[in-house]
Amino acid sequence: MTASGPATTGGRGTAPDRWLIRGVTVAGYGGREGGTADILLSGGSIAAIETGLNHSGAHVLDADGLIALPGLVDLHTHLREPGREDAETVETGTAAAALGGYTAVHAMANTDPVADTAGVVEQVWRLGRAAGHCDVQPVGAVTAGLAGVRLAELGTMADSAARVRVFSDDGRCVADPLLMRRALEYVKAFDGVIAQHAQEPRLTEGAQVNEGEMSASLGLAGWPAVAEEAIIARDCLLAAHVGSALHICHVSTAGSAEIIRWAKSKGWPVTAEVTPHHLLLTDELASGYDPVFKVNPPLRTSADVVELRRALADGTIDCVATDHAPHPVEAKESEWAEAAFGMTGLETALRVVQEAMVDTGLLDWAGVADRMSIRPATIGRLAGHGIPLEAGAPANLTLYDPASPPAAVASAGASKSRNTPFAGLNLPGRVVATFLRGTPTVLDGKLA
Amino acid sequence: MKRHLISAADLSRADALLILDTAEELAQLADRPIKKLPTLRGRTVVNLFYEDSTRTRISFEAAAKRLSADVINFSAKGSSVAKGESLKDTALTLEAMGADAVVIRHPASGAAHRLAGWVRGSVLNAGDGTHEHPTQALLDAFTIRRRLMPGHRGPRRGPRGGTGGRVAPPFAGGSGGSPPRVNTALDGIRVTIVGDVLHSRVARSNVLLLSTLGAEVTLAAPPTLLPLAVGSWPCAVSYDLDSELPKSDVVMMLRVQQERMSAAYFPSVREYSRRYGLDTARMARLPDHAIVMHPGPMNRGVEIAAEVADSSRSTIVEQVANGVTTRMAVLYLLLGGTEFPAVTE
Repeated sequence: MTASGPATTGGRGTAPDRWLIRGVTVAGYGGREGGTADILLSGGSIAAIETGLNHSGAHVLDADGLIALPGLVDLHTHLREPGREDAETVETGTAAAALGGYTAVHAMANTDPVADTAGVVEQVWRLGRAAGHCDVQPVGAVTAGLAGVRLAELGTMADSAARVRVFSDDGRCVADPLLMRRALEYVKAFDGVIAQHAQEPRLTEGAQVNEGEMSASLGLAGWPAVAEEAIIARDCLLAAHVGSALHICHVSTAGSAEIIRWAKSKGWPVTAEVTPHHLLLTDELASGYDPVFKVNPPLRTSADVVELRRALADGTIDCVATDHAPHPVEAKESEWAEAAFGMTGLETALRVVQEAMVDTGLLDWAGVADRMSIRPATIGRLAGHGIPLEAGAPANLTLYDPASPPAAVASAGASKSRNTPFAGLNLPGRVVATFLRGTPTVLDGKLA
Repeated sequence: MKRHLISAADLSRADALLILDTAEELAQLADRPIKKLPTLRGRTVVNLFYEDSTRTRISFEAAAKRLSADVINFSAKGSSVAKGESLKDTALTLEAMGADAVVIRHPASGAAHRLAGWVRGSVLNAGDGTHEHPTQALLDAFTIRRRLMPGHRGPRRGPRGGTGGRVAPPFAGGSGGSPPRVNTALDGIRVTIVGDVLHSRVARSNVLLLSTLGAEVTLAAPPTLLPLAVGSWPCAVSYDLDSELPKSDVVMMLRVQQERMSAAYFPSVREYSRRYGLDTARMARLPDHAIVMHPGPMNRGVEIAAEVADSSRSTIVEQVANGVTTRMAVLYLLLGGTEFPAVTE
């Protein structure tokens, strides 16, 4: 592509829904390395992927040097609406998603009111359709009000217009083993999956940072790895026992990866995600008590980061999910213990993955397509997304420039919130364009 | 020295010695009828206390006033959120009032750190959550040095080794009564710190400062009251207080909060006291010269028996007096007050 951005031509006489992406490297095309081709988008689908395609009547996007990935899918996004529109709205959150290369996000249930009824999940779903930046697939709460006492009306949410398949009390753990067993069993009736926030509550009362050298010297209550690993081990056994699909949210420790590897070796129906921040950052960042680095589960040690990368590379961890968790300024401008947990991540995820996984040689671009689009869509039971780029597939795709020189991450983006832990960090790469069913949502790195 | 004093780790050995030597000079003021110096005249020191701590607040207040600073006491019980104003907004308010130094006591670890990012004046950590309390460690080191280190006449008579780079304070001079122990560190002094290390800001600061000064620190506590990663600290660890006592020059007892029992850190107060309390029988196992310290407030009959607290080994009252002079030294050095007039005339 040209230095100034994609050269779009067209104007009078061009069909608005036809795009020709010229000279792009398609991940997985013509072999593992990927090959260069032209992609013609028409009528919301990929009409053809070939070399030397005719571009008459189409917008042309010169994509020399860019990589085409199937549109990214996030299994774990907090859009905050309804309830905390000061932190994020569906409009701003999906704009951030599109800028990050996403064509679909799963909206977590811990809104206010909680997404534990058909009414709330349908509201979120409709807001997503109205915003139009990417598809919004609501996640339903497992228990009413996230209270961990009785099941929410899971079947009604599944049957609603929002067609909920992923259920999670994320932010809280379904700690009661009987309730967890029942939830896992119950969602089998409609091919659902329970996404567990693995955190043993008694072992993490008041917990602030990873329990280790940093918690000891900072005098902050420790969040021990065993509190995550104990729940993951228990839930893998439960999933095997009842034969139901379990997904583990934001795996953060080396031990968790080892347990999941073991469960998968048994053929059990377990999947897992890791966040970009757990692939790059460590608990040493807490040393200045800046709560921008406060997140749940907490940043761990560099040994954990190494093992999480390895587990993502070998497929033990299925996918990258952002856990994009926007918070207003005042929720982070405080003492550490008072501050909210969470980090934004949609706009930086792909760049972080390039830094942590691609530039380190752990994953190629076909692997990135698998971990950030194909597998999360499969886990989320999401139709029309996560489909490899080929003729006939929906035209959901992301064009990424991996050669864009490392540039400092800005704290402000499309998200309403600025709590990115990557601000000021030099990360490679740049999302150039995102297409949702053939329509650009992002062009030249800006909202289209 | 740095502009703020937030952690004992901020202090190099030379910094720590400079503070102790300055305090030694200032200690002589206490014996004079007029205990005031004009050094910080016109400077404003704010005591920002989010926790009840009469002794620490009064100590800082006395220190600032003896240096002629204007003192504003700002007490805000409970968390800043409960009070309805954020720490940042309070910081901006103090900034607008022109505080030259803010002394902060806060229930949240890291509060002093955060405050330092929002004000231009110096920040003195007077205890933040379960993190640190560096001036307590300084006054403890000062007390240990006075009690246990042989007197030295200071740089003019040749300092002990290992204190290179120190600049003698401009007012270093003769002595009135007791000989100043200037330029002397705590090399080889064996200090045993006993009790709830996990939740103790006093222990954290003391481990850092005393090891910087060359002391050999051992923590004696039940395993539940030690941080999991205590092995990375510059100290030894023991679960057996009795075996440590005969080799201790200093025993420092930490306050044990009753509420730790309900969180299952130990089975009962009585059992804690039986295994880790300092009673007369245990005190008898100490070497003759050994001293007993406690940062206060004490739970008599829990971590320390009344007979021990009131014995001649106990430095507890001395620690309070030394707190004022040590804090004067810190305020003077951080605020870079005007030249001291000679303390002794």
